[in-house]
Parts: sequence; C-alpha cells; structure tokens
Amino acid sequence: MTVLAPPAVPTTRTRRPASSVGGHGRVWWLALPALGMFVVFGVVPLLGVLGLSFTTWDGLGAITPSGLDSWRATLADPGLPHALWVTFEIMVLSWLFQTPVSILIGVFLAGPQRYREFLAVLYFIPLLLSAAAIAITYKALLDPNFGLGAGLGMPFLQQNWLGESGLALAVVVFVVSWQFIPFHSLIYQGAVRQIPRSMYEAAQIDGAGRVRQFFSITLPQLKYTIVTSSTLMVVGSLTFFDLIFVLTEGGPGDATRSLALEMYKTGFQANLMGPASAIAVILVVVGLLIALLLRRLGGRGDESQLEGA
Amino acid sequence: MATVTASEAAQAAEVQAHPRPRRGRRSGKGERRNWLGGAVGWVWLLIVIVPIYWIVVTSFKTQANYFITNPMVPPSDPTLANYRFVVDEGFVGYFVNSVIVTLGATVPAVAVSFMAAYAIVRGTGGRFLRLTNSLFLLGLAIPLQAVIIPVYLIIIKLQLYDTLMAIILPSIAFAIPLSVLVLGNFIRDVPRELFESMRMDGASEWSMLWRLALPLTRPALVTVSIYQGLTVWNNFLLPLILIQSPDKRPLPLALWAFQGQYGVNVPAIAASVVLTTLPILILYAIGRRQLLSGLTAGFGK
Repeated sequence: MTVLAPPAVPTTRTRRPASSVGGHGRVWWLALPALGMFVVFGVVPLLGVLGLSFTTWDGLGAITPSGLDSWRATLADPGLPHALWVTFEIMVLSWLFQTPVSILIGVFLAGPQRYREFLAVLYFIPLLLSAAAIAITYKALLDPNFGLGAGLGMPFLQQNWLGESGLALAVVVFVVSWQFIPFHSLIYQGAVRQIPRSMYEAAQIDGAGRVRQFFSITLPQLKYTIVTSSTLMVVGSLTFFDLIFVLTEGGPGDATRSLALEMYKTGFQANLMGPASAIAVILVVVGLLIALLLRRLGGRGDESQLEGA
Repeated sequence: MATVTASEAAQAAEVQAHPRPRRGRRSGKGERRNWLGGAVGWVWLLIVIVPIYWIVVTSFKTQANYFITNPMVPPSDPTLANYRFVVDEGFVGYFVNSVIVTLGATVPAVAVSFMAAYAIVRGTGGRFLRLTNSLFLLGLAIPLQAVIIPVYLIIIKLQLYDTLMAIILPSIAFAIPLSVLVLGNFIRDVPRELFESMRMDGASEWSMLWRLALPLTRPALVTVSIYQGLTVWNNFLLPLILIQSPDKRPLPLALWAFQGQYGVNVPAIAASVVLTTLPILILYAIGRRQLLSGLTAGFGK
C-alpha cells in the first residue's frame, strides 16, 4: 500500500457552521502536535527540495549553493526525457489495462450472490502485500531458468521477461495492475452498490438489455468514481518506486527507469543530490498538473467526487 | 492480458463453462446476467491466486526437489527447512523492527491527527485552524518520494540516521493529512447537542475530546489506524534510504536484501515472502471488513 497516493481531491462534506460553538480560542492548541510534525517532515522538505535543487551536495559533505547548475545539468541530460517517457508509458498502459478490468470486476462483485463475497476474500489479498514482497515473488516466478516457466516446461513462460526492454515494461505494467486492480475494484464495487435499483427496474420495463443497461446506467452513474479512481491511478503511477526498484531496478539498461527511479539513482547512487532534487521538483509539478487536469476533466469543481465510494 | 498463461486460460475456460453455481437462485427474468464481468472476474481471480499458490507450495519444497517436481504440484514430503533457514537469518529481529516502527508511527499519528481533526471541526472559523486545514489538504498531494532527499538531510541533522526513529518520524508526518481528513468527517457527524449538553455540565474541550468524540468515532479510528498501519508496515523507501545496519531492517527491506543474497534458492525466497506476509494475512482473516473499509478510508465513508 505504500504507493497508494492519497486522494488528490479532498472530500468536502456539507458544512455545519453551527458546530463551531466550541469556540476557536479554546481548541486551537489541539492542532499543534500534528501541525508541528507535518511542518517539520512535510512542509519544510517540500520547500527544502526546491532549495536543494539550487545547490551542489554529494549526500555526505557540505552543501554549497550553485545557482542553476543542477537545473542545467538535469534539463540537458537525455535521461530526463527518457524517464518522463517511461513514466508516461507506464501511466497510460496501466490505466488502459486497470480501468476496464476494475470496472468489470467491481460490477461483478457488487452482485448479490453469496459466493461473490467468498471470491472477494481472495481477490483483495494483493492489497495487503508489500510492493517488495510482490516484486520478489514475480521476480522469482518469472526467472527464465528457475521460475514457473522452466518448471512447467512451457516455452511461452520461459521468456527472458525481465531481460528484454519491451517485455520488462509489460511485466511492470502487469505487476502494477496485479497489485492495484483489487483496490480499484473495491472502489467500483462500493460505487455500483450505491446506484438505485429502481433505475435498472425502470430500464427493464423499457426493455433495455444487460449491455444497454451497463452503458446507459452503470457507466454514467460511475462517472465521478472513474475520475477519482483514474486520478489515484495516474498520480500514483508517477511515484511507483518500490515495485520497479525491486523488480527491475530500472533495467534492463534504462528500459523501466521512471522518474522516481531516475531521482533515486541520481541522488543516492550517483550522489548528485542537486540534480536529484531538481527531478523531484519536476515530479511534484507534473503530479499537481495532472491532478488539476483530471479534476477539470471531471468537471465538478469543488463538489465531492468521492462520495459513494 | 498477454501474460495470461495457457493453463490459466484453459482453467478459466473450464470455469466459464460452469459458472455461477447458484445462478437461478433469486432470479426470475429480472436477474441481470453479467457474463463479461463474470468471465473477467473469474480469470482475474486465477491471475491473483496462481502466484500466491505457487509461492506457498514452493516454500515447502527442498531446493533439490524444486527443480525436479512440477511447480504447481504440492510436494509429497513437505519440509519446514526453508522456514528454519529464514528464521535463522534473523527474520524474528526484522519482524520486531517492523512491529516497533508500525506501532511507534501509527499510534502517535492517529492520536495527534484525532486531536487536530477535533480542533478543526470544533473551532471552525478561526484563521489559524483554517490555515492548518488547508496545509493538510495540500499535504495530500505531496508524495513521499518527492521529498525524500530533504527528509534524509533532516534525519542526518537530527542525528537519527540508521535508527528506527528515522523511519517513525516521517511516517507519522505523512500519515497526518489523510487521517485528519477522514477523522474530521466523522467528528463532524457527532450531534452538536451532545457537545452542548456536556459543556453545560462544565466539561472542558479536552474532556469532551476523550469522553465524547473518542467513543463516538471509535470505528473510524480503527479504520484509519489499520490503513496507516498497513502503509507503514509495507513501506520500503524510508528504510532503504534511512537505515544502514542489517539488524535494524524492517521486513520489506530485509526481504529485498535476502533475495539479493540468496536469489537462486527459490524455495528459501518463497518461505521468506510467505513468512513475512503471514501476520497480515492472519489479521485479514480476523478482521476482513474492518481492513477493507480501512483501505478505502480516504473515499468518503
């Protein structure tokens, strides 16, 4: 669950100003411990990363201001557009794969039969596993010499999954989906259960078939859930780190080196904290832009996009 | 779906031939049949199960046996040797580290978040609290990865590098925004007449917080604690950056190091994954509903 981004769009519930009777003067200090912790390890680092991107630092020695050097180095490095491209590929492919599958499974699981309840128990197991455990499992499973394919003697499975660029990227997308489809199915399941039954009953009286009902009722009713789920997927995929790091370490070559990995390698392996901070700033900006864009596309401004999930 | 194996596809096809054992139960002609959803549902179930099944089965095989037996067939003479090996490699210690970090981060994080949420809800209108609230909302959008370098610097400056505290403190901070948001939504639902009547009786905000708001939002507190606990338990990046000594590793980092060392000993790797996942699976078996609602804690209620 480490990679699950919190919802980018906060829930706004109906406000009841009357509940403020308690009075500001008497309670404000209760917020201080949380505020203090968050400022020191959240706000200060956010400003700090911007600051550090204008310095030179090897991670151990002194930090020296160096103006725009880090930014110049970062923007001139062909590794940056490549990492952006890889991140974009993973983002789009995993969205394309996860969204339809999650919706179908969510609709399926929202059905009334008891045995679906039982299926759901098994379904949601990947949600509990750490990205490290998942990546290690797949790494062992996909090993061309020691993995499942070799044991079963099935040539199709015996490919060098993590050793070829295109395949490795596909594996990353697949494993990401394996980890997160249950989560998004869970969101869709909840949303589908909120759709009033009467809508389907009315449609049935009008003679609409199952497919027609899905496209005319279910999908439109899920609109805001789709926006929420997509925002989580897309913004979350910017920061996949554990999974890719353990699975491929960005390889083979730099085939799966996404922005987050590029930052880690630049900062903690090449000891160039200045340029790594610049990449981190790019990461934050891209994430905020995408979240805003999706929110605009969702087209419901400030209202809750999360209710009913 | 290119990665669906032939055997999985075959099994899935078989499953589709006899789906829905109780299809006709509640139906009549009103039942909406969802064939595509059902097919995808069953296929995906297989895709979820196969790797998990494989890793469990493999963990009971000897290394010699592993290469000569069918990987999907359970061993005829199951062995616990792999588990013994994993335990001997210090996994009890790593487990303790994980427990310390998880409890040490989750309990304070939920406690301070609860207090802050209470203040924000009860003190609506105050400028300081409005600002605090906006700051937390902004915090929802900050990914940990993006600020890891300054966090690393701060931890060094605090001389906490290579201690469990180095993982705990940032974990608390990053748990706060979402916890405050969710808990605030629940505290807002406490009828304000209850606060009024307690105030009439002369109760202070501090005692209302613990004697009124706490009992009435206990389910939400459990839910938020589970979500944050799981997040901390599974965190990999913070220990990777902030821990150096092998004996201070929490489980995910220890797993990774273990695989780096014994990569070809697949049964041992399998045992390490199963063993480290077991505690969570046991909790899942006990409190599935709480856990699942905890996982979608951020999405309204």
